[in-house]
Amino acid sequence: MSDTTTVPVPPKPAAMRERPALLRLASMLWADKFAFAAALLLLAMIGCALVGPWLMGDAAGGQNLRARNAPPFDLSRGWLYVLGGDALGRPLLARIVVAAQNTLLIAAGAVACSMIIGTTLGLVAGYRGGWTGEVIMRLADVIMSFPSLLLAVIVLYMLAPSVANLVLVLAITRIPIYLRTTRAEVLEVRERMFVQAAIVMGASTPRIVFRHILPVILPTLLTIATLDFAFVMLAESALSFLGIGIQAPEITWGLMVSQGRQYLTSAWWLAFWPGLAIILTTMSLNLLSGWMRVALDPTQRWRLEIGGKRNG
Amino acid sequence: MQRMIGKRAVSSLISLVGLVVLVFFLSRLTGDPAALYLPIDASEEMRQNFREIHGLNDPLLVQFGRYIGDLAVLDFGESIRKARPAIEVVLEGFAWTLQLALITMTLVTLAAVVLGSLAAFRVGSLFDRLASMLSLIGASAPDFWIAIVAIVVFSVGLGWVPTSGTGTVWHWILPIAVLFIRPFGLIVQVVRGAMLTALGSAYVKTARAKGVRNRPIIFVHTLRNAMLPVITVIGDQAAALLNGAVVVETIFGFPGVGKLMIDSILQRDFNVILAAIMVTALAIFVMNLLIDIAYALLDPRIRT
Repeated sequence: MSDTTTVPVPPKPAAMRERPALLRLASMLWADKFAFAAALLLLAMIGCALVGPWLMGDAAGGQNLRARNAPPFDLSRGWLYVLGGDALGRPLLARIVVAAQNTLLIAAGAVACSMIIGTTLGLVAGYRGGWTGEVIMRLADVIMSFPSLLLAVIVLYMLAPSVANLVLVLAITRIPIYLRTTRAEVLEVRERMFVQAAIVMGASTPRIVFRHILPVILPTLLTIATLDFAFVMLAESALSFLGIGIQAPEITWGLMVSQGRQYLTSAWWLAFWPGLAIILTTMSLNLLSGWMRVALDPTQRWRLEIGGKRNG
Repeated sequence: MQRMIGKRAVSSLISLVGLVVLVFFLSRLTGDPAALYLPIDASEEMRQNFREIHGLNDPLLVQFGRYIGDLAVLDFGESIRKARPAIEVVLEGFAWTLQLALITMTLVTLAAVVLGSLAAFRVGSLFDRLASMLSLIGASAPDFWIAIVAIVVFSVGLGWVPTSGTGTVWHWILPIAVLFIRPFGLIVQVVRGAMLTALGSAYVKTARAKGVRNRPIIFVHTLRNAMLPVITVIGDQAAALLNGAVVVETIFGFPGVGKLMIDSILQRDFNVILAAIMVTALAIFVMNLLIDIAYALLDPRIRT
């Protein structure tokens, strides 16, 4: 858990200019203590996902029948058993750390796919409009009217419930969110003066769309994506819980809750801890998304920059 | 208004047809019901016979044609699992889900509107921050986890309510309580936001200047305008519940349409899946219509 500092920051082009911006972002994060705690927790989770399987993979898979359903907060078996052991005596702490990888990977994959595809289609629908736009919007309507869980169940029941298929199913159901938002924003932004000016000056369509329009709507999309990450995580957990998501021996937090369900009356901690991991992560994402809504909005940003009375 | 309803009906119908076609073929790809319903040592003859009875021997397209033909006279086919008309099975389950959704959404709406309005009225107060925190937790919690923790605490630990099933009023408490949490968290936030916007508007300032007291300002002047965005979210959440609260129904052994869908998919009971989809689609369409009407009733500007 202490390896959070190794998490790489996404590479940005101009490293020289970037530093003050990053610092400013950090101080704005510090201004909102809840968001700051949420960001720390998420970094820790990402750290678990990156190095967890490599660090604790053996411990998480190793059975120790003497520690079957070992109660939590008992350090006599070592610190790995601080959260207790599962039905095969595997330490729950190690399993939660290892399961972070699959859980976050699926959610991140689904959010990235749906965001890229949805945004691209939304840009086309918004900027081109006309017949193409109409078709794209009707497609979004059709996806939206699907009972998404049902679709997921049918597809996963047919195809193998692998990580890739799970990402695919979850991504498809989330595309309309980005598509509709992007289109609505593009329709508004493209009428603004700077876009008109760019058109008059003869900028090419890709340049207008990617250099002038996209940067304006990206903050909104990122805020939605953060919120959506939590939603996708809950959906994946529900699918795994129902037994049609990820299958053992692979683990996710949702699957761990489902495995612990049989032992509810005798060993509540089997289902409790992974559930707590889910709730903490989704709550952090919700908090961070709320902060982003303010921090990424130039007209609201001052609230964080002046520090506020509460924190002063 | 009528034109809008007509347009909505057409687009709903198109997506429903698409959905039925897709599910018809996809579900049939999940496997052969004969392998599931007959004993393992059943002879090939018995299997043939079984498929013949249920019309699974013909080419897929012929089966599809026959299904559509039957649909035209409102025949939804037989449930393999229950050996009864599929539509009967579905309507039974749907009645349960409808009751569950109605009770839950009524409670959610009442609680969220009151709490959200109060939070908006005392923005920044301890109460406001408490309500925000509560709704945040509500919106982030996985329902299956809440459900099993609730079972451990209230059924196994304290023995107040039964763990699952139906029968008495007590059986309803846990499912409703668990389903309550997420929509509640969401709607409180929306109510608070909408109320804040409305409270800052000119007509509220006018009312204040005229010396109207706080309570009438909230419940008479502001709430009606603030309800518009709230109603949309309530509709979305109600649709999600009508679609079957699959997870909650499964955990609590509640015989609703969500559990029915999952069971039918796992048991390859194709006719029931399709009937369930059509019934819920119709229900959601009707609900959206009701929401549009509520919109028009609340806001004279929309009535045209």
